[in-house]
This record gives sequence, structure tokens and C-alpha cells, in this order.
Amino acid sequence: MNALRIIFDGIVKRNPTFVLILGMCPTLGTTSSAMTGMSMGLATLFVLMCSNMAISAIKNIVPDKVRIPVYIVVIASFVTILQMLMQAYVPALYASLGIFIPLIVVNCILLGRAEAFASKNTVFASLCDGLGVGVGFTLALTLLGAVRELLGTGAVFGLQLYSADFGALLFVLAPGAFIVLGLLIALYNRLYSHA
Amino acid sequence: MLEYIAIIFSAILVNNIVFSQFLGICPFIGVSKNLESAFGMGMAVTFVMAVATAVTWLLQHYVLEPFGLVYVQTISFILVIAVLVQMLEIMMKKVSPSLYAALGVFLPLITTNCAVLGVAIIVAQKNFGFLYSVVYAVATAVGFALALTIFAGIRTQLALADVPRSMRGVPIALIVAGILAMAFMGFSGIKIA
Repeated sequence: MNALRIIFDGIVKRNPTFVLILGMCPTLGTTSSAMTGMSMGLATLFVLMCSNMAISAIKNIVPDKVRIPVYIVVIASFVTILQMLMQAYVPALYASLGIFIPLIVVNCILLGRAEAFASKNTVFASLCDGLGVGVGFTLALTLLGAVRELLGTGAVFGLQLYSADFGALLFVLAPGAFIVLGLLIALYNRLYSHA
Repeated sequence: MLEYIAIIFSAILVNNIVFSQFLGICPFIGVSKNLESAFGMGMAVTFVMAVATAVTWLLQHYVLEPFGLVYVQTISFILVIAVLVQMLEIMMKKVSPSLYAALGVFLPLITTNCAVLGVAIIVAQKNFGFLYSVVYAVATAVGFALALTIFAGIRTQLALADVPRSMRGVPIALIVAGILAMAFMGFSGIKIA
């Protein structure tokens, strides 16, 4: 399989947020601004690439019956590494993403890709798949964060486009997350389902 | 006593786990197509969350903290929860087949329900006492069951509505959830104790 094809499929055809509807908790919980959304996406991307590679490398050694617990331990180990790195180098970001960093362990995207792709393909292909799906997730989170930030505070990535007085606080709060994501998925469906 | 009442109300209504903390969204969207399975899932989560929080609390305070192993918290918690769910399933099959028939199908799904791990971590981070933690876990789970049941009720009606094609399914469900979240924000002014 072509590496670019796998990456592209991960971003568009198998976009975890818009098509597979997986990993909803961090998608809704960390996108009150474009910056936090993007950081969460990148954190997930890191774990997804590492875990996909590791799982694909050990796929022949692991007995079939215990594969799910083994996958969970592999994913949890990388999440712990990520937690330590973030605590050491970007403590402020770690604090603002809060509980959603340890919760990457139970993000269905990771276990889903491990089971559906990494356990059947080569290490390199799994790396590409992790990269594609991870970038797709990051783009979706950044977009959602940017729309919410713009509607809520009139800024994107902290860059003020119009006065915050015209912003609707609702979009930064919880209900806005659900509504904006619902509308973005509807828009994606409109654009990509020509059938 | 009053602090327990306060935590119960706050966990069910004010800080509802689905609408204000964004945990457990996957089952919230996935298992809310009819009322019966929504209620079953709610009960199963309540049961698992109470037991899991109690066990992880003991693990945190009697193993991880005394031995300086807090950095393996994430790995140990998820393993304990996974094992626990398996054990509950086996025990339930033996002890109460009727309960198993009602909740059994939901149990494997709960391992990857982020609400269970989420509550265990929140309780560990905030350093709650044992009884307080368990009460908090049960109240949170009741809030989850409440949200799930209300949402399932709305979705059964929604199935009859004429929704534009690209909005069908998940998008309209999310927008309805947003409106429900707005309704739940109305509770945020309530202060007890």
C-alpha cells in the first residue's frame, strides 16, 4: 500500500471526528480555543503514532486471547511517557488540558486503530496510519476550537478579529461545543457524501 | 451530612458529567437510541463506577502513595478497572443471572468508558476521603444515567422528525445535546452549603 494514500485516507476518508465519530470526550472537552484543541490533537497524535508502531512490531508475539489488555498496557505506557514529558516541559499546557491527557488511554481512536490496522499491517504502514488519523484528529480539533473561539470571543489563536463584545459566550461554554461539532459534522456530510 | 447532600446535587445536576465535564460521550451518543438500553447502560455504569472508585481509592492511598509509585497511576488504574469489569461479569453470571441478562451486554463496553477512569482520577487528584469518593462516584453515575435516559427519550421522538439529510443521525443528536446542556446550565446558580 502506498504510504501517502494511507496518510490521506486517515485525514479525510477515515477522519476520526467527522466520519468515525470516535474520541468525542477530548473533542468536546478541550476545544474552547484553537490553541488547546490543537495541543490536544498533537498529544493524541504522538501517542497514536508510538502505540501503532509498537503494537504492529509485537503483533506476532502477542497471543490472540490477551491482545486487548496488551494493547491497553502499551497505550497506557506511552500516555504515561507523554504525561511526564508534558509535566517537565509544558506544565502550563498540561494543567490546562487537565484530566484529558491521562484519559487518552481510553480514547477509542487508539484502541480502534490498534485493532483495525496496526495488528494486521507492517510497522511502516502502521506509522503512516497513525500519522494520518492523528493529523485528521488534530485538524478537526483545531477547526472546532477555532470556530468556537471566533464565535465566542472574536479571536482565533488569540488574534483578535473583531471586538470580544460581539462574541457569544455560549460557544465557549459546554453547549457551544455540542452545537458547533454537530454543525461541522453536518457540513462534512454535505461536502463529502455526493451519493 | 450537608456536604454529602451538596456533593450529590452538584454531581447530578450542576456539574453533570456529560453536559459540563464532557466525559462518557461515546456511550451517551452510542447507546441512547432507545430508552430500555439507555437505562440498562446507566445502571451498569453506576454499579461499575462505585466499585471501581472504591478499589482505585484503596490502590491510590495504600499502594501507590506509600511506595512513591504515583507515576504509574494511569496504567494501574486502567488495568484494575479492566480486571474489575471482567470479575464483575463472571460474578454476576453466577450470583444473579437475571441482573446479568439485564446489564451483561453493557459491561465489556464500560472498560473503555472514559467516565469510569475519569472519576477515579478526579477523586485521586482532589484527595477526597473514602466515603466521600464513593458517594461522589455514585452521584456522578446517577447524573450520567439521568442524562442518558432523558436523551434517549428525546431521540426516540427525533427518529420520527423530518431532519435534513446531512444532519441525520449524529449531527442532530449533538445539537439536541447542546440544547440539553443549555438547560442543565440553568442549575449552575444553585448553591448548597
